[in-house]
Formats: sequence, C-alpha cells, structure tokens
Amino acid sequence: MSGGAGFWGVARAVAWRSTHNFVTNPALVLPAMIFPLFFFGAFAGGLSNIDSSPGFDYPNGYTAFEFGFVLMQASAFGGVFTGFGIARDFESGFGRRLMLAAPNRLGILGGYVISSLIRALMVMTLLFAIGLLAGMDVSSNLPELVTLIGLALFLNFAIGMWAAGIALRFRSIQAGPLMQTPVFLILFLTPVYVPRELLSSWVQDVARFNPVTPVIEASRSLIAGSHDGLLLAFACVGALVLLFGISAVTGMRDAEASG
Amino acid sequence: MSESASEWAIEVEGLTQKFRKGPLAVDGIDLHVERGEIYGFLGPNGAGKSTTVLMLTTLLPPTGGVARVGGFDIAREGGRVRSVIGAALQEAALDAHLTAREHMRLQTALQGVPKPERRARGDELIERVGLAEAADRKVGGYSGGMKRRLDLALALVHGPEILFLDEPTTGLDPQSRSSLWEEVERLADDEGMTVFLTTQYLEEADRLADRVGIIDRGKIVAEGTPAMLKAEVGEPSVSARAADPSDRGRLVEVLGRFGSASGPEDEDAAWVRLDPGCGGLVEVVRALDAEGLQVADLQLHEPTLDDVFLEKTGRKLEGAGEEQGDESGEFEAVSA
Amino acid sequence: MTGQLDSIYEVARRSFLRSMRQPAAFVPAIVFPLFLLAVNSAGLDAATGIPGFPTDSYVTFALAIPFIQGGTFTLLNSGTDLATDIETGFLNRMAMTPLGGPALLAGMLGGSMAIALIQTAFYIAIGFTVGADFAAGAAGVPMLFLLSLVICFAFSCVGVFTALRVGTGEAMQSMFPVFFVFLFFSSMAMPRDLIEQDWFRTVATINPLSYLIEGIRSLYVVGFDWEALGLAFGVSAILIAVFLSLAAASLRTTLVRT
Ligand SMILES: Nc1ncnc2c1ncn2[C@@H]1O[C@H](COP(=O)(O)OP(=O)(O)OP(=O)(O)O)[C@@H](O)[C@H]1O
Ligand SMILES: [Mg+2]
Repeated sequence: MSGGAGFWGVARAVAWRSTHNFVTNPALVLPAMIFPLFFFGAFAGGLSNIDSSPGFDYPNGYTAFEFGFVLMQASAFGGVFTGFGIARDFESGFGRRLMLAAPNRLGILGGYVISSLIRALMVMTLLFAIGLLAGMDVSSNLPELVTLIGLALFLNFAIGMWAAGIALRFRSIQAGPLMQTPVFLILFLTPVYVPRELLSSWVQDVARFNPVTPVIEASRSLIAGSHDGLLLAFACVGALVLLFGISAVTGMRDAEASG
Repeated sequence: MSESASEWAIEVEGLTQKFRKGPLAVDGIDLHVERGEIYGFLGPNGAGKSTTVLMLTTLLPPTGGVARVGGFDIAREGGRVRSVIGAALQEAALDAHLTAREHMRLQTALQGVPKPERRARGDELIERVGLAEAADRKVGGYSGGMKRRLDLALALVHGPEILFLDEPTTGLDPQSRSSLWEEVERLADDEGMTVFLTTQYLEEADRLADRVGIIDRGKIVAEGTPAMLKAEVGEPSVSARAADPSDRGRLVEVLGRFGSASGPEDEDAAWVRLDPGCGGLVEVVRALDAEGLQVADLQLHEPTLDDVFLEKTGRKLEGAGEEQGDESGEFEAVSA
Repeated sequence: MTGQLDSIYEVARRSFLRSMRQPAAFVPAIVFPLFLLAVNSAGLDAATGIPGFPTDSYVTFALAIPFIQGGTFTLLNSGTDLATDIETGFLNRMAMTPLGGPALLAGMLGGSMAIALIQTAFYIAIGFTVGADFAAGAAGVPMLFLLSLVICFAFSCVGVFTALRVGTGEAMQSMFPVFFVFLFFSSMAMPRDLIEQDWFRTVATINPLSYLIEGIRSLYVVGFDWEALGLAFGVSAILIAVFLSLAAASLRTTLVRT
C-alpha cells in the first residue's frame, strides 16, 4: 500500500468505528450471524439424503459439503453488508464528514474493508463451531484450514469492493437490492446442493462459467484435505478483486467529486 | 330522538381522555355548538384539539364525560352519530395509488349513496373543490392543498349536518387557505351546515368562527364570540410617543386620565388601556392637543385573540409548545 | 344487505387496484418463486435418484413451492396494505362510514383473493410450460385452483392479523424473513420420509406449511390423494379459523369506534 501513515491512520479509525458499530448493534449482528446458520441448517439438515443419489461422491459427508458452500456464502454476504454500512454512512452525512476529515480518502475504503474482514472472521468462527458441533467431518490439516479461511476472506474482500463501488456511487441505502441481488444470483448459480456433474444441463453450463464455482469447489476440496482447483479459485477471486477494486476506487472518486 | 335533544348540534359535558400510557389529553371540557354555527377550536400544539375531534367523531371512546353530536350520544349511538357527521382529520387520509374519482367512487359506495347517483355526486364535489382537472390523476402526485381539498370533498359525500375539520389549513399557502375559508363559509351559510373546526391560527378563528373555544393543556380556558372574548380582555389600548423625550412625564399623566391601567413604555413612550366610556381615541387626541403635547406617533391597539390567550394562560399562543403542556398536564392529573 | 355487498365489492376493488398499481408488490411474487424453482429444480434434479423418491422429474416435485411462496407474498402484501391504511388514517376514513368491521375485512380479503387468482393461474401456466407432469389430470385443475385460493386466503388472514398487531408497513416488511424460515424448514425440497436428520424431520412435521405444500404437490405427483388433500384443506381451515377470529378481534380494538 502506498498511502503511507495517512492511509493506515485513517483506515484504523474507520475500521474501529464500524466494527464497534457492528458489535454493539443487535440489529446488525443478528442477521449477519443468523442468516448463514439458517442456510446451513436448511441445506445440511433438510437435504442430507441427497448424498445417497447415484454419482454423489464427496467423501466427507453432506454436512461438510454444504459447509463448504455456506462458509463462502457467509463471507460473500459479509461483503454486501459492508456496502450497506457505507451507504448508510453516506446517507446520514457521516460519510461526508469522514471525507472532510480524512487526510487519505482511500484509507476510508481501507477501513471499511478491514472491519468487513473482522466481521467475516467472527461469523466464520461461529459457523465452524456450529459445524463441528453438528459432527461435520473435516480432513484438512492446519495449512489447509488457514488456506480455506484465507480464500473466504479474499472472497469477502472482492464482494466488499463490489458493494462499496455501488454504495459510493448511489450513497443511499435504496441501492441495497442492487448490491444484494446479483450476489445472491451468482451464488445460487453455482453447484449449491450437489457436485457440478449432477446438475441438470443448463445450470451445469452456467455454473461452469460462473467465477464463484471454482471457489465453492476449492472450499469443499480443502475441507476434504485436497488441493484440487486451488489455484483457479484464487485466480478467479483475484480477477474479481481487480475488477471490483477499480470500481470501488473510481466510486470513491465519484463520491469525492460530488462533495 | 326527541326534537328538544337536537337543539344543539354539539353538546359536551366533562369530556375527558386519559391515554393509557400518555397524558391527560382532554381534561373535562364543556362546550356547546349551535346548529348552523362555525365553531373555532383554538389551541397550541398538543392542547388536545385532535383528541377532542376523535372523540366527537366516535373514533376514540372517551374515558369520561358525555357528549351528544347531532342529538346522539357519542358513546352509545356511534352509528347514528357517524351518519350525520363528516370529518376531515388532521392527516389527509388518502390512498396515494388511487385517483380522486376512485376515492369518490369508494366513498359514495361506502356511504350508501344509491348507485345511479354516485358518479354525478362525486363529479359535482370534485368540481366544487376545484379538482376537476386533476380528477383522474393519482393522489400521490397531489400537492398538500389538493389533498386537503379532496379530503374535504370526501367528507361531504353524504351531505352531513355537522362537519369536523381538524386543522384544515395547516401547511397551505395563503391563496389555498382563503379559498378553503370561502368554501367553509359557503357550507355554513348556504347549506346550514354546522362546522367544528380546529386551528392553531388566531387569524383563522377570528375570520371564520362565529364562536371560539380556546383550549390549552386539555382545558377550555375561554369561550365566546371573538368580539366578546376580546372585550373581556378589555377595551383597546393606546400608545403614544412624545416628540420630545423630556415630555414623557406629561404624556404619562395625560394618558393616565383615560384608564386605570397605564404607564410609561420605553424612554419616550407611554400606554393606556382605555376604560369603557372614556370617549376613545378621539378624546385622547383632544386632550393631548389641549396640553400642547407634540406626539411623534400614536397607535390604537385592538385586543386580539392572542391577548385573550395571554390573559388566560400567561403565555403567548404562538409557540406555546407541547413540551410544557405535556408535563403540567401530567402533573395536574397526579395532583387532582 | 345488497348495499353491504356492494360496499364489500368496492373495498375489494380498491385493494385490488391498489396492488396492481404497485409493481414492487407483485413483481417479486412472480420473479422470486420462479428463480427458486429454476435453481432448486436444476440443482436438486439428482435427488430424483434417491431410492423412494416419488417422481423422476424434480421440477414436477418442486412446482408446489411457487404456490406456497406466492401465498407468503399474498400474506405480506395484504398485511402491508392494511398497515399502510392504519398509518395514513385511511382505515379511519372507512370506519367513519356505515360499513361494519366484518364487511371491511371481507372486502380487503376479497381484493387479495383477486390477486391470488391471477398468481395461481400464472403458476399453473408455468407448470405446463416447463413440461411438468400433472397426475391429477383435467379434473385436478379446478381442485388446484380451489386449494391454492384457500391457502392464499389463510395466508391473507395471517397477514391481516399481523398488520393489526405491528401497525406499520415497515414492521410488516421486516417480518418477511420469518415466513422465509417457515418455508425452508418444511418438506419443501425433500419428501418428509426421505429427510435423514431427525431434528429436521421433526421440525418439518410440526411446520404447517409442509402440509400445504404436500397437498398441492399430491395433485402434481400422485393424482387425487385424499389424505394429502384433506390435510392441506384441514390445516388451511384451522389457520383461517384461528387467524380470522384473531383478526376480527384485533380489528375491533383497532377500530375502537363507539
Ligand atoms: N394515541 C395517543 N396516545 C398517547 N398520547 C396521545 C395520543 N394522542 C395524543 N396524545 C397526547 O395527547 C395530547 C393532546 O394531543 P392532540 O393530538 O389532541 O393535540 P392537538 O391539540 O391536536 O395538537 P396539534 O396542534 O399538534 O395537532 C398530546 O400531549 C399528545 O402527545
Ligand atoms: Mg391535532
């Protein structure tokens, strides 16, 4: 990062504020925590029998299979919630105050990202705890586990950039559906319930070209202790980070330009 | 109902509303409204005007006291009360997604206007409140004044005998305000409708009302015709400014002859509240002349309803806020 | 009495018009169920290979879901509309007329039934378009309409009651996730006897939505399964009886006119 002390100083202040805001506000904490658990429960609980259908060959059981999806989904949605926070701040005029006060404006963005990562870590911790309690079978060693968490945080960063780009342009919480719906769509057009080979034809085609599919698949591999498709997954998220990062930074310029 | 019971359009005795988790909003008020009269119910924010209207229109059961509207008891004969009244409440209760004509269609049906007459009745009322041009536009796009006028028209659908208007002109520009005043006057004069109208504006009560009731913190502090109320506060007062400040002592002395309440005002001025039968401004001028006093400025002040309010409550009406009203209301309720 | 009927018709007409003029209210009722149907039937097609799965076309199995999801939108919309009427005072305006509370309720529910009828026709058409089986045959179509409308009516009663309780449109909207949870923890995606996890099967068995889904589904998958249909109508009737009387009682306190 080339912003120097200005960047980190601002980032730390903004991160502290929005993290503090998050943990002290039940209306923000509860949905962020409960939604992933809800999906985990509904999928892993309700559909587990589907692993007895022919061709379903994931070795670690259905709970672990769905955990691989829900973990990534939770971190992606954490990124969307970050966008909500930015939009709310700008709507209330707080964002404008930050812009006036901060010597380094990219630091503001950095601060939001850092708090988003902290939140994602909190949610993931909860998910792991519940997953293990539910008797999930994890075969990964420590480096694989760290890689898994790293991948999830990287995705959180990418989606956070996406949502920030929208939030900074619209600066209104009304843009919420615009941040949320595409993320929802792209996540559910991956192999959510079954391995890709078992999808029916058209979704299989969509899933093949969906950049999030390799991420979900790598997540499942890591839980099963394998490294299949890891590079592709990081490359896909890297590309998203680049794309949405540009959008967020130009969004910041847009917010600056409009005062 | 016997005819004698309907001598008054509205009779209220000891009407009270104590909200369960709120203040004693209306504290045992008494009032009477004659048939065909425009009654102005004047008071600051939070005084209890809307609460009174809600009770009289049967939308809120009173917690104490009795009231008859159109000769019917508001607590026991709600249905009959509703059949003789029309109301436009403080918030214009309209559906943003319907047009004025659709509102009319629904309202005429619900009020039991015979089917063949509904359309004509609706169009006539829309025309009368000046919304003919906008009749097929959705109400969501209306201005505040247009909404108010539609609300009024809807209240008139079934030709009510008694009309309740809760702050009908709040938020309107002067032009819309005076056209609404004209319509209200027309209803009272031409159709003999009784109008019970709440307002925060002195000017409105003064101009429109045959009689005024002033409410503050849930209590009626004064009632009568505007002229009577003002007379009660006193005769007009005169203030004068001496051309030469050193003359002020003599000025005070001369003015003092015309009333018991008088005194110096600022460095070169003095005032007096004229006693009844003292001859008025003309005599004051003559006396000043006779003394050879040079006067730079001479003014006659007619008392206003604001003076009435000031006299009765010790506060100015404008800006007599809800905050103070609330607390003392609560306090009185406890100590009573 | 004819006057009363006429008024009910006008109230119903108004709530129908109002809904049709708010695309934001009914477009999601069309789009969301279709999206879920597409994703689920493509993603879970493999489930038809599970031994004992009742049909070999998952989309046929999943078609019951849009009907129920549409029902939850009916619930949400009728609730939001009523809550808005309370907030704006429009309910007070109607209460000032000779119309009685029950007639008012009937009118509002009637309006949402008109919307429900359109939704139902749409979902049925979707079923035929995607080439799902319809085991009950031609005679099953009126039955499907009837059941779907009865279910929507039950949902509407829940919505009206909730609105009278929460009182604002915003609070009503924020109830949405609650109904979503009910939907997901039901036999929506898997027949109840094929759910492996005991806790989930228990939840789905308790969840009344399971029976509504299974009733609709039986017409698509089995034909006339009188047990499933009886349960679906029965559960709807209970919901209607409970929530309609609760709603009527709440309306009486909301319209505390004398
Ligand atoms: N539903 C309610 N519950 C509790 N308190 C209420 C309720 N409605 C009104 N009040 C209180 O009763 C008092 C009188 O209110 P009301 O609305 O009658 O005043 P108002 O004279 O109409 O004022 P405004 O000019 O602001 O319309 C206020 O203190 C108000 O806060
Ligand atoms: Mg008021």
